[in-house]
Amino acid sequence: MNSDQPSTEKPCCQQQQRRTFLARLSIWLSAVIGVVVAIPGIGFVLAPVFKKPKSKWRPVGKLEDFKVDGFVLVQYEDSSSVAWAGITAKEGAWIRRASETEFIAFSINCRHLGCPVRWVDDPRLFMCPCHGGVYYEDGTVAAGPPPEPLKRLQVRINNGQVEIESGPTPLTLTKIT
Amino acid sequence: MSKKPLMRTWNWIDNRIGFSDYIMPLMEHLVPDSARWWYIFGSATLCAFIVQVFTGICLAMAYVPGGEKTYESLVYITNTAPLGNVLRGMHYYGASAMVMLAVIHMIQVYMHATYKYPREMNWMSGVVLLFVVLGMAFTGQLLRWDANGVWSVTVAAEMAGRTPIIGPTIAHFIMGGETVGGSTITRFFAMHVFIMPAIIFAGIGLHMLLIMRHGISEMPDPNDPVDPETYKEKYEERIQKTGVPFWPVAMWRDVIFSTAIVFVILGCSIFLGPPTLDPPPNPSSINANPLPDWYFLWYFAVLSLLPPKLETWVILGVPILGFIGLFFLPMISNKGHRAPSKRPWAGGTVIFGSVAFLVLTIYGYKKPWSPDFGVKELPASVVGTDQGPLMQGAKLMHIKGCLYCHDISGYGGHRGPELTEIGKLLTRDDLIIRINNGGHNMPAFASSISSDELHLIVDFLLTRGVDQDQPILNGDSP
Repeated sequence: MNSDQPSTEKPCCQQQQRRTFLARLSIWLSAVIGVVVAIPGIGFVLAPVFKKPKSKWRPVGKLEDFKVDGFVLVQYEDSSSVAWAGITAKEGAWIRRASETEFIAFSINCRHLGCPVRWVDDPRLFMCPCHGGVYYEDGTVAAGPPPEPLKRLQVRINNGQVEIESGPTPLTLTKIT
Repeated sequence: MSKKPLMRTWNWIDNRIGFSDYIMPLMEHLVPDSARWWYIFGSATLCAFIVQVFTGICLAMAYVPGGEKTYESLVYITNTAPLGNVLRGMHYYGASAMVMLAVIHMIQVYMHATYKYPREMNWMSGVVLLFVVLGMAFTGQLLRWDANGVWSVTVAAEMAGRTPIIGPTIAHFIMGGETVGGSTITRFFAMHVFIMPAIIFAGIGLHMLLIMRHGISEMPDPNDPVDPETYKEKYEERIQKTGVPFWPVAMWRDVIFSTAIVFVILGCSIFLGPPTLDPPPNPSSINANPLPDWYFLWYFAVLSLLPPKLETWVILGVPILGFIGLFFLPMISNKGHRAPSKRPWAGGTVIFGSVAFLVLTIYGYKKPWSPDFGVKELPASVVGTDQGPLMQGAKLMHIKGCLYCHDISGYGGHRGPELTEIGKLLTRDDLIIRINNGGHNMPAFASSISSDELHLIVDFLLTRGVDQDQPILNGDSP
């Protein structure tokens, strides 16, 4: 009976080793499956985050359509729209012909939390409906919580067309004080 | 005789799936007989979730997650599809019910300190579930892809963008790019329909498993604080002596309450209807007044009250600290008294939280609390005359936007101080300085107002609160 002992030990250890190996193999292969599946998925989902900001010039009307006056709202296609976006690809800006050759344009996003500001002609102020942000006609903050002036957009005249440089939605990155 | 084939069929199925062997013992597990009407909120939350899953799946049969087609599909569901209106309403009120019941369930568990040993993880899994439910409520609001939905994403991205260092990354992740548009709606759809429900299903599974493992807690006994050393044994002993099977002795109350909840959801849907759709989701349209659904309105109101310096802290701090504080609560206190009578601070916290929520929500609803663009001109009854310089001054108050923020005798916004009695409080010079220079959160009007206009306004304001029978000196302005 005693002589059986060593002979049973060996297969036992071999079996133990085999089990350990198979367990590790299964864990590692499962991890490989996970990584192989996850990488393209995560890459796909995170791709918009790492895409470099691009801006495009978008026409907003003919030069003669704009009179030297207060701000008017213009609409154009955003710079990174997808094929199925439809009306949601639109972006807006407040634009003013300050003189014959000079245009001033602001993004419609309030710098507080991004709500759409409205130009009110008589008091010559931009006002935000969300939390009471108010801006002067040069875009600087007149009242309310916005930490920064309105985002100024680039305007150019190209072949008699007024064009606005469309870009990312301006995010207010307030530093924690 | 006719029952026999049915019985045989059922026995065949039961033998294979093991309903009697595995499910029935779970259904019949013993619960404390003191677990009565207090305990109905958890199961009602689950019932509301089932309503959401079912109505959500039905809505997804017609909902198109992409661009303007989304809005068109919502219009179709609301106006054309048979019962679409009812279904949309049920999904909307079901969401409200779920948020409300989850919070009430949490308050009940908190007040009875059920989160203490050995049920710490029951509470923690519940906190995760609550936040995912709030995430569902928020993404759901955006799936109503109208003007409000579009602008709410912008606000959400702005708020996320305040996070130090990784803020812009999170914001661009939420928007699915640099602007709110087609890729945003598809992204929110995936989160609302696949990712978050999967987390909720898994969370509910864990929550229920833990309930089975530790048993439903008893009503707290002021003379028997929780001692982790002895609790389990004592609980087991008591439950064997006095416990009742969950099915059907304890469960009927849950079923009655859940039935009532489902009827309330259905009733609201039929009689109140789903929320009306705003104009189409055009991000360039400025005629939107983004307001969140009622459960987030308190938070939106907070953001209008805060001094700007505190704002970023609050925007980021409230959700993060709220989650951390709630999640780790059982780690801070997992033994000792459970009875509310022995825990006055717990009661105080709940009362303070509820009152704050109520007050801020009412404040959020109280309109107008921002510039009121729809304000009307002051009527002659308020001005005291319908012509002359006084009326001109009153008209200018409207034209120059003063009334957007200032109230006069019940007409106007509430952003700035009320001016009904301002004639008694300020002198002519004070008024001129204030209007010209602004200050105290008021814009300076010096560059947008002529001298004549200024004096007409000041003359008018000086009559506010002053006895109207006195002769008004309109022409003596310098």
